[in-house]
Amino acid sequence: MTRSVSHAPPRPQLHHLLGHPTDLAGHLATHGPLSLAPNQASWAATLAAHLHASGLAGRGGGGFPAALKLTATRPGGTLVVNGMEGEPASDKDKLLLTRAPHLVLDGAQYLAAACRADRIIVCVPAGRDSVASAVLHAIGEREKAGHTRIVESVARPPHRFVAGEESALANWLDTERALPVFRPDKRIPLRIGRRPALVHNTETLAHIALIARNGAAPFLARGLPEDPGTTLITIGGAVTQPGVVEVDRGTPLSDIAARSTPTGPVQALLVGGYGGTWVGPEHFATPYGSIPLRTIGANAGVGIIAVLGTESCGVAESARIAHYLAGQSAGQCGPCVHGLPAIADDLTRLALGQVDHALMPRLLRRLGEVDGRGACRHPDGAVALVRSALAVFGADVARHERGQPCAHHRAPTVLRFPTEVYVP
Amino acid sequence: MTAVHITIDPVGCAAYGYCAELLPEAISLDEWGYPIVDGRPVPAHLLALAKRAVRDCPKRALTLREHTPDS
Repeated sequence: MTRSVSHAPPRPQLHHLLGHPTDLAGHLATHGPLSLAPNQASWAATLAAHLHASGLAGRGGGGFPAALKLTATRPGGTLVVNGMEGEPASDKDKLLLTRAPHLVLDGAQYLAAACRADRIIVCVPAGRDSVASAVLHAIGEREKAGHTRIVESVARPPHRFVAGEESALANWLDTERALPVFRPDKRIPLRIGRRPALVHNTETLAHIALIARNGAAPFLARGLPEDPGTTLITIGGAVTQPGVVEVDRGTPLSDIAARSTPTGPVQALLVGGYGGTWVGPEHFATPYGSIPLRTIGANAGVGIIAVLGTESCGVAESARIAHYLAGQSAGQCGPCVHGLPAIADDLTRLALGQVDHALMPRLLRRLGEVDGRGACRHPDGAVALVRSALAVFGADVARHERGQPCAHHRAPTVLRFPTEVYVP
Repeated sequence: MTAVHITIDPVGCAAYGYCAELLPEAISLDEWGYPIVDGRPVPAHLLALAKRAVRDCPKRALTLREHTPDS
């Protein structure tokens, strides 16, 4: 007990996710027990009001307001904690589940109580055994201390890019098929069997754990007025200190990249992950918030910034990403199954400077035809990535088109891939 | 009168292409034979053909909806 008290910082006034105690004793000393009174409609209404006032947007990529997601939920069923982290460039789920598991689980308890869910399932991908053990250890601590109201468990879906898409996750928990489901009307809630399922990203739940305890004010004191709070960003690529940082929403992209110290001059930033977009130097001052990012055609995604230095070829790196994404298709929808490999091949030819007059029109047509034609948004992400590459690396693209690829098109990748990808 | 839209279930679709043959005014095929719907409401004079395309799809991947689906 002494250890946890001496480690415990004063009760947090400023909203933040990183740096909280990892063990339950420290967590309780900092945050106190769950202020839960389940079965009380007024308590659920208070949480909904706090979430509404906080303006918290989901941090799993969709950016959907957490308050609206709660009101749209039907009572009962399962609260699914999405720790799947299909994006190879992301580390925040792993970090939160190992360093602040009680924050994530508390957020799940609050939400599960508010929507009267009767179980919480934390999804950790197969292969990430140390993360799963950390969560199981935390769950054990909570059970022993009587901290838990709603039963918590861990599930291990396969570690694929699309397995973390929310319909794929609910589908896996239901049928053990980790495949996205075609949902023409996304307002219809997800189900596991006949019972509703509410899927939330780990970071969203960690924010909710603090908002439920402290109200909306500390959260609102950070970030932008229309996009408040802090956000976790995994910085990678050509940097000396890759890793996860916590910043206020609205922090300029260049300031975030500077936290990881780029190894040299920066050519472009990949924002939002492998289904995200490249951003060129003219937009490096853009605040990291959903609206400013949208105005430059980018998207906050799951919180990823990868730095591309001037010693890399953006076209070649994009071709590698396109091949990786093609290989990660769930294999269900024709336009994704056939279109993504075709687009990746076109981009590879461009990267190598093996271009004939038909290539660019064909690539542009394929991008237009594949966009929006899958059951999930996997193909859309790939299309956005390639389109942004053609725009941001436009000068290079023009040289590659003339059969004169840039000097670095055979340089090794600065990006992280879990599987071997075709290297032009 | 409510607008009727054609929706294709991309998981179910297996590129038979009957729909594009019946309704070339609204459905074209991509280079792999999968249908692309133009997204406009089905004009009244094509409704009967659209219903037939729905009925004839071997994979039952076509539906007519009275509202544009949310994305």
